[in-house]
Amino acid sequence: MIGIIDYGMSNLYSVKNACDYLGLDSVVSKDVSILSKCDKLILPGVGAFQDCMHTLHSMGLYDFIVQQVNNDVALLGICLGMQALFETSEENGLCDGFGFLKGHVCHMEDPSVKIPQIGWNVLESNHPQAIFKENTYVYYVHSYYAKDMDDQDLIGYSVYGSMKIPGLVMHDHIMGCQFHPEKSGEDGLKILEYFGKEF
Amino acid sequence: MLTKRIIPCLDVKNGNVVKGIHFLGLKKVGDPVALAKKYYLDGADELVFLDISATVEKRKTMVDIVKKVAKEIYIPFTVGGGISTIEDVRDMLMAGADKVSLNSAAIRNPDLIKEASKRFGNQCIVLAVDAKRRKDGSGWNVYIEGGRKDTGIDCIEWILKGVSLGAGEILLTSMDADGTKDGFDLALYEAVSKVVQVPVIASGGCGKMDDFVDALKVSDAALAASIFHYEESNVQNVKKYLKEKGVAVRI
Repeated sequence: MIGIIDYGMSNLYSVKNACDYLGLDSVVSKDVSILSKCDKLILPGVGAFQDCMHTLHSMGLYDFIVQQVNNDVALLGICLGMQALFETSEENGLCDGFGFLKGHVCHMEDPSVKIPQIGWNVLESNHPQAIFKENTYVYYVHSYYAKDMDDQDLIGYSVYGSMKIPGLVMHDHIMGCQFHPEKSGEDGLKILEYFGKEF
Repeated sequence: MLTKRIIPCLDVKNGNVVKGIHFLGLKKVGDPVALAKKYYLDGADELVFLDISATVEKRKTMVDIVKKVAKEIYIPFTVGGGISTIEDVRDMLMAGADKVSLNSAAIRNPDLIKEASKRFGNQCIVLAVDAKRRKDGSGWNVYIEGGRKDTGIDCIEWILKGVSLGAGEILLTSMDADGTKDGFDLALYEAVSKVVQVPVIASGGCGKMDDFVDALKVSDAALAASIFHYEESNVQNVKKYLKEKGVAVRI
């Protein structure tokens, strides 16, 4: 069972609908007693980094997620949920994330492109891998991106202006998508399916 | 590389997809959920639903349509038409829409853009603007109420204000071109793209494939209805053509 963590920060039902479509058992909940029965967790999220971390702390979900990750429960962070996996973010002032992955979330700095990045970009492979194929397109909506991360953790990236945007990251049983796999058509569903069935 | 988006638009009235010319003379063209699924499978990058039902009661059916669509397609979609309160925005997002578009209500109450973007994020607030050239050729005015009422407000000024209030994207319809199939009003998109940082979606006037090529030089996405509804061309063919012409598309 996949637990989709409900902390009031996003449209959780699109993730839920995608799981249903893929035949992945899932539940949307903010209740630790329900989420603790799940062998995988998804942390979605849109909005601002600090609000996200504050809300997770105030709902008791921060400590719960850390504990589950320490107990080898697989975790997928999507969009803002992916950014939360890193050490810090500079959005609206420096704020600590979970620090499961090495790296810092920074504002896009290329003045030649529109910010936020909204739309479909090619996901390029950083290392040989079997998760996504060539010519995979994914849907992004974001103004911040992860920098200074461990190259080993970077599975897929997209080029936006002069920036190399980490798109798909993995470290042990932690996975993150800066893009929205639940809104990236068949290509995105395959990545979500990989998390649900093989990760 | 970020690609240019092709966005089929579905105008929905009382639960059916309809299409008119110059905002008038509506014809039924099909079931919204079935058409949405077809466009999704054809390779549409995103969809827009505009509810043009006249009554609040009929609009409730839109929420049900949105719920059904959210289970059928796995690309982003926007819902607009008659959204006038924070509760309307919330209802559509909760039903499964990724974004909402605000039009007349934003003109009447610009704070709605600010409140909605603050609460739900800029990324899900699309400012829809219906623009018509002024007779003296000095620019474009914003029209509301489905294109029936001239607000007297300059289109560029309004868009700049909307973005400063938190709109994350601009869906800009040229009323002069809408439904004519004579091509997009390129001067309008050029003028707007020059002054705003957020993505601009060009809408109105698309009749042939080259119209998309031209529109995407001065905008981030192109929206069209007729060319897709009447099977003159499907999304896949349009994107193949765009790729041949050197436009970056998801294909």
